[in-house]
Amino acid sequence: MSEIFRKIEEATRDATERVTGSVAELLGVPPQPEAPTPERALDAPVVSFRDVHLSFDRPILRGVSFDLYPGATKVVLGGSGSGKTTILRLILGLLQPDAGSIRVDGVEIERMAEEELRHVRLKIGMVFQEGALFDSLSVADNVGYRLLEDGEPDATIEQRVGEMLGFVGLGQHAGKSPSELSGGQRRRVAVARALAARPEIMLYDEPTTGLDPITATTITDLIVKVRDLDGVTSILVTHQLRDAFNVARTFVRRDGDDFGFERIEDLKILAGTEFLMLREGRVCFEGTPHELLSSSDVYIREFLS
Amino acid sequence: MGCLLTRPRYPNEMLAQMDSLGVGSLSIVILTGMFTGMVLALQSAASLDVFGARPYVGRLVCVSMVRELGPVLTALMVTGRVGSGMAAELGSMVVTQQIDALRVLGTDPMRKLVAPRIVAGVIMVPVLTVLSDMLGIFGAGLISIFNLKLSWEYYWRSVGNALGVNDVVMGLVKPVAFGFILATVGCYMGLATKGGTQGVGVSTTRSVVVASVLILASDFFMTKILLIVFPVV
Repeated sequence: MSEIFRKIEEATRDATERVTGSVAELLGVPPQPEAPTPERALDAPVVSFRDVHLSFDRPILRGVSFDLYPGATKVVLGGSGSGKTTILRLILGLLQPDAGSIRVDGVEIERMAEEELRHVRLKIGMVFQEGALFDSLSVADNVGYRLLEDGEPDATIEQRVGEMLGFVGLGQHAGKSPSELSGGQRRRVAVARALAARPEIMLYDEPTTGLDPITATTITDLIVKVRDLDGVTSILVTHQLRDAFNVARTFVRRDGDDFGFERIEDLKILAGTEFLMLREGRVCFEGTPHELLSSSDVYIREFLS
Repeated sequence: MGCLLTRPRYPNEMLAQMDSLGVGSLSIVILTGMFTGMVLALQSAASLDVFGARPYVGRLVCVSMVRELGPVLTALMVTGRVGSGMAAELGSMVVTQQIDALRVLGTDPMRKLVAPRIVAGVIMVPVLTVLSDMLGIFGAGLISIFNLKLSWEYYWRSVGNALGVNDVVMGLVKPVAFGFILATVGCYMGLATKGGTQGVGVSTTRSVVVASVLILASDFFMTKILLIVFPVV
């Protein structure tokens, strides 16, 4: 009997798809695009900007170029209005550049349609400035949102949500509403939500702004954990120098099932984290943390003081 | 349109919006329809008495409610309650970056947020209008019997004689268009919000004003066209 029901269900689904497809064709609705095929070599940049320009009522970015390599972390520094967040929005395809080229995982995205961009965005996890959690959903539903959209089974979603909330240390808050959480907890949930679908690239937009130093450290520790334990390539946008150097100096070492944080004071031997500083839409510095501190540029000295 | 024909669709979201727009607006639509019918009965009786035509109150109220007042007043009330709510909700989502978060998480806001609201408007505003018409006619009936001293049978007979196919068509076509207008304007204004929480307030006000004016203006043009297609005999 169950076999008969299964066949009826399959036949109904096929018929619905055919009818919907035909109506969509008649009305000129474009077919769903295929995922763009990456052309990136294994050691090629994951994110690449080439001479990117963008203006609204004033120039925001003026000829920005940089590369982000697999497994690396790029910290984007700069004052308010220097174009830091705009870089992240361009990587996600939420904005289109006026000129220049942007490649994500080997695919040029600057003239992509919204449906094609979806395939690119699925590789990226984004942590917004204030978390941008969905108020109408619980913490657990926020974290499992993308998995639910992808049609994952309930058991898989529940397991992954539990893992992610455990990772950010908020397992006991799963049933709460985002409005019941503190600012720091909201950012941690945002990190868990971004990580739930196992992204290849993580983008953090001012994740510590407005937080006290201790809470800010829990966020930067989380960024380090994502980088070192999961090997995720990331871009951190911030104007908080303390947090930027924390991310560069701190490392997580796995020891069996446990892990421990290690802090390296000698900036000269640091590797894996690169700083990029923007000034009025232009890249005014790109290099290691040690090179940034050794710079004699007047603006950089003023920014660091 | 493409959002409704291709996957992913959000049936649960549609049901939630139909519940919020339809069931949530029941009380204001019932009160509005009832009091409009009652006032209309009192006013038309005062005018008809001049010509000794008080028994025609039922006919006048029925045609006025079904053709014009039911659809327009229901749409305006729903715009005030739901259209503004749509603009405020979507506007808040814009300023708190929740719309960007949706897009980043692979969801098209047009499919998830806009399409269910438009479908709910197109389906539920006609349903609410029919309810408003019925209660308006019923309210006018109460006034006709207890205040104007007309007989219950005579009132309902004049109501039945007054209603033609063209009245019903006009009374059902308009709310479909009004539902589409109020939901589209509410969503558009919400998604076009700029400038933080102050911008949400501006979008909310603007959505009510624009949708109300568009409803009244489109009512005129639809009446003009429908009177040509379905002339009053």
